[in-house]
Amino acid sequence: MKSIEELRRLREEVRQMTKLREGSPEIKIIVGMGTCGIAAGARETLNTFVQEVAEQSIEGVSVTQSGCVGLCDREPIVEVQHGAERTIYARVTPERARRIVTEHIKGGRTIAEWITRN
Amino acid sequence: MEELALHILDLVQNCVEAQASWVYIRVAEDPALNTLSVSIEDNGRGMNEEQQARAIDPFYTTRTTRKVGLGIPLLKAAAEDTGGSFTITSAPGRGTLIEASFVRDHIDRVPVGNMADTLSALLALHNNIELRYEHVVGDRSFCLSTAVLREICGDELSHPRIVSWLRSYISEQENSLEV
Repeated sequence: MKSIEELRRLREEVRQMTKLREGSPEIKIIVGMGTCGIAAGARETLNTFVQEVAEQSIEGVSVTQSGCVGLCDREPIVEVQHGAERTIYARVTPERARRIVTEHIKGGRTIAEWITRN
Repeated sequence: MEELALHILDLVQNCVEAQASWVYIRVAEDPALNTLSVSIEDNGRGMNEEQQARAIDPFYTTRTTRKVGLGIPLLKAAAEDTGGSFTITSAPGRGTLIEASFVRDHIDRVPVGNMADTLSALLALHNNIELRYEHVVGDRSFCLSTAVLREICGDELSHPRIVSWLRSYISEQENSLEV
């Protein structure tokens, strides 16, 4: 069973790491969390991003949400913001989320076949 | 929605949009009485009577990007499909309480589902809201409070590594309720 002591130690570790880097995150991952997104699986998509960012200790990335953007048929919708560059991905399953982390977030290459327009 | 946990995630988003600073989620299962109730209470801006009537209408929403709001009507239907009930108690400036009761062993009763995933999503997304969650099954219960967690984790509460840890922790605690 996980203990609160373990949580305390983890928090200290995280604090030491984040102290090293100041300022706002360079990359934002924005998951559509409206009713339509949630019904299409956005909760799993969001948690996959959070978990991948945690497990691979990727710093400078934040995971946030947007509401319904009117693309309900293409949910879960995920927008990746890197400076002025915005990429919108459609139907982001957990599998796709993992590839977005590897190829786009870490590798800097967008995945053209999943990009959608609004 | 295939899980009550998904309904809960969806409705807490309404609380956030209503500018609540705290949200209290309670899931109470009583195997002896064959009941399951879900309540979501917030201190957001609340609704007047007309807004409440429209909230349960599937063709009404406060959102402007899409014309229909389905969160509340979906939970209402899920409860009523089991022979249960659904109520909204609210007033402008006084927050909102939503209560859905289910007949627990009814064949159409939606499973509670993955509360660890729902809560970790909320922890990752809403660092500025105090969340209290309580799940009671008979004489067992599990309670999670962000006020308590914040004392331990401070501003790092919504950090991905902390959220991932909490997701596993909640999952363990939820599983121990089922035994």
